Amino acid sequence: MNNEQITINNSKLTINNEKIRSAFKGKKAFIPFITGGDPDIETTEKLLYALVEAGADIIEIGIPFSDPIAEGPVIEAADERALKAGCTVDKLFDLVAHIRQDIKIPILFMTYYNPVFAYGVDRFTDRCAACGINGLIVPDLPFEERDELLEPCVSRGLELISLIAPTSEERIARIARGSSGFLYCVSSLGVTGERNKIGGSARLMIELAKQANNIPCAVGFGISTPEQARETAEYADGVIVGSAIVRIVAEHGRDCVEPVRRFAKNIKQML
Amino acid sequence: MTNGRFGIHGGQYVPETLMSAVNELAREYERWRGDRDFVNELNNLLAQYAGRPSLLYFAKKMTEDLGGAKIYLKREDLNHTGSHKINNVLGQALLAKKMGKTRLIAETGAGQHGVATATAATLLGMECEIFMGREDTERQALNVYRMKLLGAKVNTVTSGTATLKDAVNATMREWAGRMADTHYCLGSVMGPHPFPAMVRDFQAIIGREIKEQIIDVEGRLPDSVIACVGGGSNAIGSFYEFIDDESVELIGCEAAGRGIDTPYNAATLANGSTGVFHGMKSYFCQDEFGQIAPVYSISAGLDYPGIGPEHANLFDQKRARYVPITDDEAVEAFEYLTRMEGIIPAIESAHAAAYAMKYAPTQEKDKIIVITLSGRGDKDVAAVARYKGAMINEQ
Repeated sequence: MNNEQITINNSKLTINNEKIRSAFKGKKAFIPFITGGDPDIETTEKLLYALVEAGADIIEIGIPFSDPIAEGPVIEAADERALKAGCTVDKLFDLVAHIRQDIKIPILFMTYYNPVFAYGVDRFTDRCAACGINGLIVPDLPFEERDELLEPCVSRGLELISLIAPTSEERIARIARGSSGFLYCVSSLGVTGERNKIGGSARLMIELAKQANNIPCAVGFGISTPEQARETAEYADGVIVGSAIVRIVAEHGRDCVEPVRRFAKNIKQML
Repeated sequence: MTNGRFGIHGGQYVPETLMSAVNELAREYERWRGDRDFVNELNNLLAQYAGRPSLLYFAKKMTEDLGGAKIYLKREDLNHTGSHKINNVLGQALLAKKMGKTRLIAETGAGQHGVATATAATLLGMECEIFMGREDTERQALNVYRMKLLGAKVNTVTSGTATLKDAVNATMREWAGRMADTHYCLGSVMGPHPFPAMVRDFQAIIGREIKEQIIDVEGRLPDSVIACVGGGSNAIGSFYEFIDDESVELIGCEAAGRGIDTPYNAATLANGSTGVFHGMKSYFCQDEFGQIAPVYSISAGLDYPGIGPEHANLFDQKRARYVPITDDEAVEAFEYLTRMEGIIPAIESAHAAAYAMKYAPTQEKDKIIVITLSGRGDKDVAAVARYKGAMINEQ
């Protein structure tokens, strides 16, 4: 068993994160992101199957939010489309519960904190656990504020994935030591979105993190081509690809499933 | 939990990328706020450049007309650049300069904070970029031109509702991409720690002056202090000095737009619920799924779906009370104050005057009410004219 101890309010809790860890075992993990409900729930369902077939090791589903302050224009527009199409967190819970009969790889929700808070932290994490969500990524809940969500997550077997950024510096070791599942390494400054170059600081961040905790490190923010994915995978344990996929969804609407599958396959083959 | 809590509210709910920037700011603010040279320099700017202290004016005609409590107006509208925003901006710009930053970025709603920031940047020789919702650039076109005259770049924000909250989103995104040389000069007592406490400290001069001035003329504390509340900086600036003076009633006036029972309002405490947004835990207008609600007010400066965390706590503690004021009431007060006292208030400040117009007549004549006039109304003349025109058309 691959158990880890993390500390919450000075009490040690042991969680079993084997499922997420195993996504990194013996391979570089491909972690695609899609915005839930963009352009509609039915297409999201098809995309989930297509991404699994393309070789995704973990899937991130973004819960659309009215004001996604860590996102660039591509994902922000996707959130707007999804909300306009009537996507709610309840519909995403139902979707995940439905596809869980077939899809066995770890699925994470990427969500801003307010949708969780408004739903009720206990109620939200209850439903996550019940429908088979494996963990949460909450970009506006930094390490110092995470206790109010960490305890409910851990007690239900959900991972709360920590992020480190190029500006984290002396925070990296502390965050890495308190992390489980995997560490989300933000490649460069700014918001999500495709970039021509992936910052060189990600490599250094991973080195510092690994010195503190031997945890898988996945790099996200800006990875948009198979070549960038390959270069990143030279030093990272996994690559997260978001905006580049969401852009294909934006361009093709309901017909996005095949182009996304092709693109995802191309990325996976490079890892 | 982190620093910067007001009861359960406040905190630092920002992406990891920004944590180093807000931590650096908190550290540097702690270092400089007690530095004698910094304080002297700021006080000098406030006196010599902004024109402080601002007057506390006895509104004799208004008092007689309303027939109740004595009404004083704290004239923040007389500050350089025309509002209380300059108090905070001079403090933050000076701090940013001490921190070695060379560029200021800021959101603006009505444009008052943008103008103040552009002004301070010019004075201190810094670069300046302002983010403003498209809807606000249209209803406050004059302020857009003022900012450009002052040498600032004005970015029009078209995402979301294209108003103040979206301008804040855009400025936070800009800061996350460039913080080494850039300070985010946030315009209200909101956002992640240290902004709510720091902006409050820079605005607290309003209340300190009120206290000194009212004791000077009346020999005692006021019974009520009334101010308008969007994010809440002029209100907390007016209230802070009096929080421990329990006899002083603190009243914040929220924008009720077309009414708190309609979808068209920005009355956060009347209609909102606890949430986490823009770096802070506080009250927000939101739906059952935590999506931030589109809000509405005739006043671009109050057209914000949240409120600063210290106000949220004063509300929880019942130390201050908050009342909704509709567009109609604000416009009526705008015209009333203009005709009665020859003072054209900002439409934001007119919300505070509107409540005083209802409240003063219910109070004994020996009671004293202070209304903070947070800004002047030149910028709103065209909008009020349009508003009146629309009403005439409807009849």
